[in-house]
Amino acid sequence: MTMPHPDLVAVLGCLLAVLVLASAVGYVLQRRLSPDGSNAVVENLNDRIRAWWIMVVLMGLALIGGKTGVTLLFAFCSFAALREFITLTNTRRADHWALAAGFFIMLPVQYYLIWIEWYGLYSIFIPVYAFLLMPIVAAARGDTEHFLVRIAEVQWALMICVFCTSHVPALLSLDIPGYQGRNVLLIAFLVIVVQMSDVLQYVWGKLLGRTKIAPRLSPSKTVEGFIGGALSATAVGAALSWMTPFTPLQAAFLALVIVLMGFFGGLVMSAIKRDRGIKDWGHLIAGHGGFLDRLDSVVFSAPIFFHLVRYGWSTT
Amino acid sequence: MGMREAGISLAGTLIVVFARFITAVRGRWDGVAPAEEQRIYFANHASHGDFVLIWTVLPRRMRFATRPVAGSDYWLKSSLRRFIGRDVFNAVLIDRDRERRTSDPIVQMTEALDAGSSLIVFPEGTRNTTDARLLPFKSGLFHLAQARPNVALVPVWIDNLNRVMPKGEFVPVPLICTVTFGAALSIAETETKQQFLARAEAALLALSPKASAP
Repeated sequence: MTMPHPDLVAVLGCLLAVLVLASAVGYVLQRRLSPDGSNAVVENLNDRIRAWWIMVVLMGLALIGGKTGVTLLFAFCSFAALREFITLTNTRRADHWALAAGFFIMLPVQYYLIWIEWYGLYSIFIPVYAFLLMPIVAAARGDTEHFLVRIAEVQWALMICVFCTSHVPALLSLDIPGYQGRNVLLIAFLVIVVQMSDVLQYVWGKLLGRTKIAPRLSPSKTVEGFIGGALSATAVGAALSWMTPFTPLQAAFLALVIVLMGFFGGLVMSAIKRDRGIKDWGHLIAGHGGFLDRLDSVVFSAPIFFHLVRYGWSTT
Repeated sequence: MGMREAGISLAGTLIVVFARFITAVRGRWDGVAPAEEQRIYFANHASHGDFVLIWTVLPRRMRFATRPVAGSDYWLKSSLRRFIGRDVFNAVLIDRDRERRTSDPIVQMTEALDAGSSLIVFPEGTRNTTDARLLPFKSGLFHLAQARPNVALVPVWIDNLNRVMPKGEFVPVPLICTVTFGAALSIAETETKQQFLARAEAALLALSPKASAP
């Protein structure tokens, strides 16, 4: 294995420093406000910080592991997200083979295509081939009840959980002149901007939040939190331009696109959760809910970010 | 530890890891704590994997003290099933054929209880493949409760596993499952069979997520 790029080491070092600081603040808050574990906000904050440690360590290891590490990590994220999504669908006995094919054929094939960097096929594999083949498998069982709803749900689940998510590791296949060997930093840029946007929107919302932005979808989101979070996350993106092939202005623009897609993606996923009468997608990450709760904004921004960078900067 | 014990222990671990991979199963202790006391867990039965899920969410020490009660017709059929059922899970294998059986299932179960084990039983008697949430309980649970009235009876609702592995399929579809443990009940001295079984059925059904859905 080759040594990780110095820029990657610098980024991971910064993230660890931030986490150490966050843990210290969480510890002091807990001693002051919640010594017996009774303050729910502080306990939730500390749960979240602990989960952040795990996520940053996993993400860091994957980035250091390069293409293999990142592809395996996101393939697993896709699997866990798909498992959460399908749990909430109306699928019936007759969908069994279509679902098994989704998990054990479509998902591995999509990530294999990403791995061999076959852009022409991984871009259409799920939107065309899965789209046509899965309903055929379901129809073969002869159960027509809610048929359109069922096949639409399965296709939507594959698009969100597998197709969109797989565009994160696909960033490694871009060939940007003068940026060879540093593509993992594009992933770090995307993930940091998305997650900082979530955190900063939460913080600005807690500080200044007055006007609800979408009371029926997501009662905790406010206009003030959204604007403050989007602007400050855009600034974070500009400040991270040193690790990207972009100028600060370009980095700010891409960060803004990422933030907007992430925000509206979060609203879409909230609408689905509302529809199904649940608060969180799952229970795997303490303080965060399920994989999809943490992944929803990345999912919506990854394909757009990928294509913008591909058209604007890549030679492939 | 000998080779054989190591193999059994490894197989147990692999089964638990596989169950978690497919179902991300979570135990919810809503009515009782995961304490090391002797119990009879009674659960809904939709799949052969049911006791695997209960076993998976039990703390490790409790796992080895808890024996599932299962039909010998299924679990003695092949050498792999025999290994999993008898060796890994240490199941109390009962003969469900009333005409031919030579040993009384209630006696087998009370012997296991008297030896200190907890039990996992499925009082519906067979896998539920209908649309009903629960089949009417067979009388076995009543006779067991009468024979050992001091052992706590804990209802356990297993949710979603029937969708993971419907009867007749052999590839599981990964879906999130939960195992909910309710408050323990015990049989009253004057209770009739019907009264007790109705009470036990209601206690189990109350744990199903659909029972609380709007």
